[in-house]
Amino acid sequence: MTDRLALHGVFKSFGGLHVNSDVSFALKAGDRVALIGPNGAGKTTLVNIISGDLRPTAGRVLFEGADVTRLPIAERSRRGLARTFQISRLFASLTAGENVSLAVMQRRGLTRRVLSATADMADVHTECIELLETLGIADLAALPVGQLAYGQQRLLELAIGIALKPKVLLLDEPAAGVPHEETPKILGAIDRLPPDIAVLMIEHDMDLVFRFARRVLVLAGGRLIFEGTPAEASLDEDVRRAYLGSYADARRTA
Amino acid sequence: MTIASARPAPASRLKVRPAAEARGVLVIIALGLVGYFVFPDDLAFLTRLITIALLVISLDLVTGYCGVATLGQAAMFGVGAYAVGNACLAGLTDPVMLLFVGMAAGAAAGLASGALITRFHGLPQLVLSIALGQLVGALANKLSGWTGGSDGLSGITPSPVLGLFAFDLYSRTAYVFSLVVLALVFALLLRFMRSPFGLLCRGIRDDALRARMIGAAVYPRLVIMYGLSGAVAGIGGALAAITTGVVGLDSVSFERSAEALVMLVLGGTGTLWGALTGALVFQIFEHFVAATNPFHWMSMVGLLLIVIVVFAPRGLAHGAAVLWARLRVRGAAP
Ligand SMILES: Nc1ncnc2c1ncn2[C@@H]1O[C@H](COP(=O)(O)OP(=O)(O)OP(=O)(O)O)[C@@H](O)[C@H]1O
Ligand SMILES: [Mg+2]
Repeated sequence: MTDRLALHGVFKSFGGLHVNSDVSFALKAGDRVALIGPNGAGKTTLVNIISGDLRPTAGRVLFEGADVTRLPIAERSRRGLARTFQISRLFASLTAGENVSLAVMQRRGLTRRVLSATADMADVHTECIELLETLGIADLAALPVGQLAYGQQRLLELAIGIALKPKVLLLDEPAAGVPHEETPKILGAIDRLPPDIAVLMIEHDMDLVFRFARRVLVLAGGRLIFEGTPAEASLDEDVRRAYLGSYADARRTA
Repeated sequence: MTIASARPAPASRLKVRPAAEARGVLVIIALGLVGYFVFPDDLAFLTRLITIALLVISLDLVTGYCGVATLGQAAMFGVGAYAVGNACLAGLTDPVMLLFVGMAAGAAAGLASGALITRFHGLPQLVLSIALGQLVGALANKLSGWTGGSDGLSGITPSPVLGLFAFDLYSRTAYVFSLVVLALVFALLLRFMRSPFGLLCRGIRDDALRARMIGAAVYPRLVIMYGLSGAVAGIGGALAAITTGVVGLDSVSFERSAEALVMLVLGGTGTLWGALTGALVFQIFEHFVAATNPFHWMSMVGLLLIVIVVFAPRGLAHGAAVLWARLRVRGAAP
């Protein structure tokens, strides 16, 4: 079976700053992988390269076996690659419900319609409400995004990603900014995803990593320094050195 | 539309407003009737007001709904007007057909300039729109075989509307014809803006990268919106040519573009009602103030703008809505 997503020797530099060096890994259908690493390790940059926001300096990105390295963002999205942003990017003047329904309509190819009213599309609406319910924010659907608390915006960001029914979902610190007692909602929503989606999650919260991931990739200084189970990662000497003790409690959690 | 009929019996939680377009038509017709009966001597002015309102609405489609900064909108208005003038002088005199000529010419101009302008952002985009507008203005001046140069095109005499209503000296036919066109265009656009396409446009304006990440091809959408905007501006230009019988260089001027933007900001960007309100208030104000005080009317207009920007920064339409909501709350309180 071909990998859902594969990176081959990806390099990225900004001027003289080498942010990613020779990164290669693959995601298979059903994978639940955490990408961890200290601040500035280049995790977000990697997601930007995969999603098409950045072109790598060298290396290739394959999606379902096809080279997508030079493909526009929207084209990758239509093939089934979705992402969320570390700092929420939402459609600020739309309501929470409209944010999700826009994703749903785009996925279903409805956004070419010019004379049917969005409000009349009952099945789109039902799908949105169901999705928002799994994240516990259905009652906020009619509110403009600006009136949501940041934690709620984070959940909405996740809802947009899920609404696209992707084959590969990249989550950039989905729990950052979400109150601790609400993080189970994130895991709950991921649990309810169709099992064959490949999910890559960047996360600093080791609790969440252990509950979510079956495999962990560790990025440090732009290089992948480790790949294995969460438990192995917490015992690995290189990994601990990379974090310089800032995640010393990782072992304790294991 | 097909989905609406399949809607399950229990009403969904989202507000369904099938009457929004009908309300739009009714309000415009009602306002139009007031104008007709209260200012019967000013119908020529009111007709001109309608043509400019279409220009302001067309500007809102790209600036308000898509976030494209432009100071060259009059170019599309002018192209529509000149196309209609030439078609009419060449013998195509049916007003409805001429409307379509103006619409097509405006749409073509919109697609062409949109294909270029929407590739840029921010200040370069604004400057490019000015440059394109100036280019069209210069061409209009040079190609005097088609435009009459600085003398303009004149002698445009369309045949009666639907073969029944001849254009009269009192601008009655011109006014009613323009009003009906405005109402139809406005209703169609209301519908359009609450369609999925319209929602996506607002999404693109909010965050184009986000829109791409949900799979939307941003550039083609913006170009299409520019084409639509050009079509509406072209209809405005067509009406101007049909109802006045002349087309001059002023119809493609920078001043006209700038004025349209001022009207839009005055009324409120991003809503069709805002565009309409801005066009209405600005022009009526200008008309009456200029009549009573021909020397200082520009400073009065400036003063009005400052007051609006200070007290209703999101435009008159939004300010009025807020005020209305407050009054209702106060009225409901014991
Ligand atoms: N567009 C850019 N131009 C220049 N430098 C950049 C750019 N984007 C990221 N960087 C730099 O690349 C390095 C890696 O950034 P990146 O955001 O990928 O880290 P990260 O692993 O996601 O960190 P964090 O955990 O803080 O989110 C940082 O030093 C950052 O300053
Ligand atoms: Mg990051």
